[in-house]
Amino acid sequence: MNKTHYSIRFLLLIMLPSTCSLATNFDYQLKPLKVAQDTYVFEGKTEDFSFENGGNIVNTGFIVTSKGVVVIDTGPSLRYGQQMKEAIELITDKPINRVYLTHHHPDHFLGNQAFKDIPIYALDTTLTSIKNEGAGFADNLYIMVGDWMRGTEATKDGEVVNPGRITIGGHQLDILSYSGHTSSDMVILDQTTGVIFAGDIVFNKRTLTTPHADLEKWLSTIAELNKLAFKVLVPGHGAISLDKKVFSQMTDYLAWLKNTIEGAVNNGLTMNEAMQLPIPERFSSNTQLQQEFSRSVVHLYPFYENRFFKRIN
Amino acid sequence: MKSKIIALLISMLTAFPALADTLAKDPLDSVQWDDMYDAFLKGRPAQFDNRVKVIAPNYAEDPMNVPVTVDASELGDVTKIVIFADFNPIPLIARFYPQRAKPSVSFRFKIQQSSPVRAAVLTNDGVWHVGGVWVNSAGGGCTVASTGRLTGEWSDYLGEVYGKRWSNSDSNRVRFLIHHPMDTGLVAGIPAFYIEKLEFKNTDGEELAVIELFEPVNENPVLSFDFKGENLSANILMSGTDNNGNKLKAEFVQ
Repeated sequence: MNKTHYSIRFLLLIMLPSTCSLATNFDYQLKPLKVAQDTYVFEGKTEDFSFENGGNIVNTGFIVTSKGVVVIDTGPSLRYGQQMKEAIELITDKPINRVYLTHHHPDHFLGNQAFKDIPIYALDTTLTSIKNEGAGFADNLYIMVGDWMRGTEATKDGEVVNPGRITIGGHQLDILSYSGHTSSDMVILDQTTGVIFAGDIVFNKRTLTTPHADLEKWLSTIAELNKLAFKVLVPGHGAISLDKKVFSQMTDYLAWLKNTIEGAVNNGLTMNEAMQLPIPERFSSNTQLQQEFSRSVVHLYPFYENRFFKRIN
Repeated sequence: MKSKIIALLISMLTAFPALADTLAKDPLDSVQWDDMYDAFLKGRPAQFDNRVKVIAPNYAEDPMNVPVTVDASELGDVTKIVIFADFNPIPLIARFYPQRAKPSVSFRFKIQQSSPVRAAVLTNDGVWHVGGVWVNSAGGGCTVASTGRLTGEWSDYLGEVYGKRWSNSDSNRVRFLIHHPMDTGLVAGIPAFYIEKLEFKNTDGEELAVIELFEPVNENPVLSFDFKGENLSANILMSGTDNNGNKLKAEFVQ
C-alpha cells in the first residue's frame, strides 16, 4: 500500500508543474459572437472535457431584450458562469432578467451559482434530474477538469417553466419541450429574430453523446424541429448553422447508431465486439467519433438487450 | 556495516521466491502485481503472454458496468482462467473453468479506480499465461449502492434470467442477464450478496463449463459464453447459487 502512495505522490509531483503552467488564470476567454439582432452565443470547443479546455465544450447564449437579458444555459462551472456574466456586461448594461436551462447535463447548468437571485427556469423533469444527479455530475467534472471547477456545486434551486409562448421585452419566445438526448430537452425559438437555441438535440460536426438518450425519441424530435421555420440555429455543441442540413446529418448518424447497436445485440455480439464494428466514412468529419461510438455502446446496449432477450427461467 | 549485510541478505531472500516462480516484470507496471501473484497464482510459474486477450475500453464510461472480454483461444487446452483487477478493493472478479466451452468469456464489472484488469490462464502444462490492460476510471463503482437497492425493487425480480442462444456450425453462443443486486458489502448497511457460481450442462448431465463470480461483477450481470460445436440441437442447462443459498436455473433452447 505504501508503494502505491509513493508512486501517486511522485506522479503528482511531476505532473503538477506542467499542468499548472497551462492555465494558471482560469480564464475561459469567452467572446460573445453576435448571431442575430440582440442575440449572442459563446461558442465552446468540440472536444471532450479536459483540464486544457476547463470544460468549455458547450455553446451558451443570451438575448438582450428591453426588459433585461435572457440567458440560455450557464456552462460547466461557477467560474464559467461568472465570466459569462462579465462578458454580458460588456455588451449591455441591462440586468439579467432570467436564465433558461435546456437540460440537466453538467456542461449546461453548473454555472448556475453565478446567477444567484436571478430566476432560473427549466422543464419539470430537468429540475428533478438535476436534484438526483447534479452532485454526481459535479464530482465527475472535478475529476476531469480539475481546479477550473473550484467552488462549483450543483445547486438545486430552479423554477418550473411550462412549454408555451412568452413575450419578454419585445421578444416572443417559444419554450418547446422535447426528449431524446435526455428525458427532457428544452428548445427555445425566438420568433422575433428567428434564432433557435436547440440545446443538445443538435450537435453540429461533433459526434452526439448518449448517456441519457432514447434514439427513437431523438429521431422524432429532429423530425419535429425540421418542420419549424427559423433563420439561425444554435446547437448545444458545434458551429452555428444557417440552414437545415445539420438535421439530415443528425438523422443519418442517429439512425445508423440505432441500427448498428440493435443489430449487434440481435446478432449476439458482446459490447466489446460491438465497439469494434466499422464506422462509415461519411461520419469521419465529426469530432470524437470513435470515442463517442464506444461510449454509446455502453450507454445503449442494456436498453436493446432488455428488448431482445427473452425470459428463460 | 553489519546491518547493511543483513539488509542485503533480507532483500536477497525476499527476491528468491520470485525467482523460483519465474515472476516476470509486469508489462502494465503495477505496484500490485507481486501481491496479485501471491494472492491468486502462487505455486505455479507465470508468464506474460499476448495470446491472452483482455479487451476492455481504456476509459470506464460507467464504473458500475465496465465491459470486459477475455479470450485465450490461441492457447489450446485451458483448465482455468482467473480474472482480477489489481486496484479494486476486492480484486478477484471471476474464475472460469471452460471445460467444453471456448476459453473466452465476456461480462461487465464494477471498477473502483483506474486499474489493470487481467486474466491469468492456466494451461495443461501447469503454467499461468497472463494478459491484461489498464482501464482508467473516475471511480466509485464498488462503493455505490446498486440501482435495485436505491429503488427497493431488487427483490421483485431476483433470480429472473433473460437471454438468447445463437448457434452455427462450430459454436453455440449464449448471452444472458440475471436479475441480482450483486452487492459488494462495501456500502454501509448492505452486506455482500452475490451470485457465487454458475454451471452449464448438456441434457445428458455432462458438465460444459463452470464460472465462479465474485462481488465486483455488475448488478444484474450480463454474461456471454461460447460452447463448442457439440450438442447443437440439445438444450443447454444453467444452474447457479448465490452466497445466501438462493438457487437459480435457466435453459437455453435451440
